[in-house]
Amino acid sequence: MNFSTKFPINFLFSVLFLLAVTYPSFGQHENHETTHSEASSDEHHEGDICAHAGHHEGDFDPASTAFHHIGNPNVYSIGPFNFPLPCILYTPGEGLEIFSSGKFEFDFQGHGEGHKAYKGYVLDAGTVRKVIDPSFPREQVEIGGVAQMGEDYFVCYGGHPYALEARSTMDGGLFGGGRTSFYDFSLTKNVVSMFLVFAFLTWVFFTVAKSYREREGKAPKGLQSFMEPMFLFIQDEVAKPFLGEKYAKYQPFLMALFFFILGLNLFGQIPFFGGSNVTGNLAFTMAVALFTFFVVNFNGKKDYWKHVLWMPGVPAAIKAVIITPVEILGLFIKPFTLMLRLFANITAGHIVVLSFIGLIFIFGNSGASIGGASLGAVVSVPLTIFMMSIELLVAFIQAFVFTILTASYIGAAIEEHHH
Amino acid sequence: MIGSIAAIGMGLAVIGAGIGIGNIGAKAMEAIARQPEAVGDIRANMILMAALVEGAALIAIIVSYILPVAA
Repeated sequence: MNFSTKFPINFLFSVLFLLAVTYPSFGQHENHETTHSEASSDEHHEGDICAHAGHHEGDFDPASTAFHHIGNPNVYSIGPFNFPLPCILYTPGEGLEIFSSGKFEFDFQGHGEGHKAYKGYVLDAGTVRKVIDPSFPREQVEIGGVAQMGEDYFVCYGGHPYALEARSTMDGGLFGGGRTSFYDFSLTKNVVSMFLVFAFLTWVFFTVAKSYREREGKAPKGLQSFMEPMFLFIQDEVAKPFLGEKYAKYQPFLMALFFFILGLNLFGQIPFFGGSNVTGNLAFTMAVALFTFFVVNFNGKKDYWKHVLWMPGVPAAIKAVIITPVEILGLFIKPFTLMLRLFANITAGHIVVLSFIGLIFIFGNSGASIGGASLGAVVSVPLTIFMMSIELLVAFIQAFVFTILTASYIGAAIEEHHH
Repeated sequence: MIGSIAAIGMGLAVIGAGIGIGNIGAKAMEAIARQPEAVGDIRANMILMAALVEGAALIAIIVSYILPVAA
């Protein structure tokens, strides 16, 4: 009975959801024009790079598409449309450059490939890169696209390839990766998403706080009754059991962690709204984990440090050889796993969704076969919906896990032991 | 080649985590069946333990995921 009356609404929502899931991908990939042409490195002369860069190839590369979509570009994409963001680039010795990424004149609909170079920077797949050659013109000039040759990238200007700096890698270039000569302080997509979520959460909590003041002693209403169970859940299930009676001091930190991570997780799930991958970005999770690290260790009591540095009740030789080194390592491993757990869960979810959507284009032979693409859609859309529901669950679980682990680390640090 | 080996590593890590989280889930179900009134505490601890097991597996997954890209 219930099923039949609710069926039309369910159906309508499913169709809307399905459209929302598939539309951005269709919009972006049907006219998938990539200026990257993989020249098989050894046989080609440098001059050939630009001959290839000019014409567009339609080959669909699922791995690079997935990585492109979980990246942190200097353009904001809503649906298939791109919007410019401010670029703030600092080069030691050359000074600060502030301009809009619109100066690169990327397509309104596309992958964020800049058609112009500006001040020696180019936009490749939404990311700012710098031309190494200092004789490259500083003003805004037309470029012939960016070409890839093996590991190296080149920009074509006036028929000649100019090498681009390799992107910075996590190790800062220690293990062979790249390290750019400039610092990128730009408001990238992730930064803008963080500001949006921050503004939204501020609005939510000020509204709720106001209604608590105005409706004192009355039953909660509206937004208030939505937030109250979540807030009380974190307070009663996380803060109080782990922190004891001193929970009030750390509660603001735990609440900020929980709601900010939850907000960003959920914000990244909105299909049309950029699909930003903030909590799936190592830099972000590292910043949050560092907060936990400092809060835990600055608040550590005498007993905590005693257990870390010189565990009582253990023979001195064992302490010196095993326990103390392991405990000191543990200080860093705890926030390190916090960082990796959140990053890996969110990134893995996004990559799986993107891989399922990529099935459409693999089956459809990069748009050559409509029948194959339809078959791919039949396979991929239910899988994608399934995966997105799982991700919705993961968004809550990971925010909760991050908070509960932080609470347990703080709890262990402030506990007074009785021996 | 490195990518394929890394994929095997990823699979092995997931098997380990699967066994671990499976055990946690099974024991938690047993505990809930024995003491249904403690369901809240058991659930919270179950998620905490699952997260800890998962952490070890995720490090392996990330290493096997990043390694072929970095190498």
